[in-house]
Amino acid sequence: MTAYLDIILVALILSDFILLGSGRLGNCIRIAAWQGIMVGLLPMATADAGLSFRIAALGMAVVALKGFVFPRLLNRAIRESAGSREVKPFVGYTTSLLAGVLALSASFWLDGRLSFPLQLESAIVVPVSLSMMFTGLFLVVARRTAVNQVIGYLVLENGIYALSLAIVRDVPFLVELGVLMDMFVAVFVMGIAIYRINMEFDHMDSNRLAKLRG
Amino acid sequence: MPGLILLLSGLLLAPVLSGVIVKTKAAFAGRSGAPLFQQYHDLAKLLRKGQVISGTTTFVFRIAPTLVLVITVAAAALVAPSIASARWGFQGDFVFLLCLLGLARFLTVSSALDTGSSFEGMGASREVLYSALSEPALLICFGVLARVSGGMSLGGMYDGLGYGEWLSAGTALCLVAVSFFIVMLAENSRIPFDDPNTHLELTMVHEVMVLDNSGPDFAMITYGAALKLWVFGSLIVNLLLTALGWTGWPHAAAYLAGMLLVGILVGTVESVMARLSLLRTPHLLAGAGAIAVLAFILSTRFLQ
Repeated sequence: MTAYLDIILVALILSDFILLGSGRLGNCIRIAAWQGIMVGLLPMATADAGLSFRIAALGMAVVALKGFVFPRLLNRAIRESAGSREVKPFVGYTTSLLAGVLALSASFWLDGRLSFPLQLESAIVVPVSLSMMFTGLFLVVARRTAVNQVIGYLVLENGIYALSLAIVRDVPFLVELGVLMDMFVAVFVMGIAIYRINMEFDHMDSNRLAKLRG
Repeated sequence: MPGLILLLSGLLLAPVLSGVIVKTKAAFAGRSGAPLFQQYHDLAKLLRKGQVISGTTTFVFRIAPTLVLVITVAAAALVAPSIASARWGFQGDFVFLLCLLGLARFLTVSSALDTGSSFEGMGASREVLYSALSEPALLICFGVLARVSGGMSLGGMYDGLGYGEWLSAGTALCLVAVSFFIVMLAENSRIPFDDPNTHLELTMVHEVMVLDNSGPDFAMITYGAALKLWVFGSLIVNLLLTALGWTGWPHAAAYLAGMLLVGILVGTVESVMARLSLLRTPHLLAGAGAIAVLAFILSTRFLQ
């Protein structure tokens, strides 16, 4: 089981790298969708007592939401906002990748310093989820378009989800559904916000929101 | 003995690898394509020709092609037999391999600058930019292999890798193979980085640096380029073959089959991908470096 888990975790890091290095919004949304699907498959790989119906249902719900519903919402947002489909980064792509590598090394270092009282499923699950959180934060800060900030938020949440799965292997069903519901509402609201920003200002450059005048 | 076969097969069959790539691209495009052994005919034709040497050039331009070929043959001699015998090579010879490749690049770039052509200067500048990004990736990849296998020479690395290592650190080794592949495409000026078929001076990288070479000199450059692709291909194939753990003749056969697959893979990449814009290519190479670092971090974790 650990081998599958490790492959999923490495694929998660690679998708982070692609998100940091790619310049097209549509591409970023697709990669974020794949990342959501992989995160949804995580609980099935960690379940050592075999697949229970609950875990399978939860995984399916995550895959459906993060892999299909969110990307559709985001795609609609960029289609309707007919603006530029470029990411428009504050920090260049190569520098972003470097930051991603730094975040990865930092989280592995951090993981070496932390000592978890419980037996973890895989040696790399904690540092990978930490680095996903860092990457998500970086994407929120370092990208100009609102859609990309939503993607950064999604990556951040994926990291938190992976970490919670690693530490509390058995997440209460209701709590999990509540988190998913929150995410759904958040992405929905952000989608509407992007649409509104676009209606008012002909662009969705969040940097220029700082110059709003009453 | 199989080691000698591996070396000789590299020296003799390197032009076939280019033929395989051309055939694969032709198959994708629905053409029949140039014959598999076309490059031998090209080389023979070039060797029979006379050569023109520009009056503005110095001795650098004249000796560079020969030296580059000699250095590439040395690199091939270092890499190809290393899988067959752990005693081949010496401690730290992977650094020597990088030095050889760097020296060959230095000579190519110097001879390009020696012509005084502005196009060749642009090509030289790009070549140096790519190499500055691909060399760290390559070195970190070798670091991963040294760490996982415990060997400090190419032969020792391949000897130290086996089924057990692939089981415990397989993801890291796969990432190394991917990074090797990206670096191979960059170093050999294949498609996402440079289109070997293009003849627009403004966009070429490797081809533009050898614009002024002709006749036997150009034959040496063409053959050297094919050999360099073979060297990088063997790095990947040797690494992947360690998972099987074969020795002797079956291994030599698997090696040749693996090289054929590398050729088909490169041809497929060239057929399905467009060339990246010049500004984007460094990102891809930086990605290869990031993958190498990831492999290194993973290898430290998996082997605790």
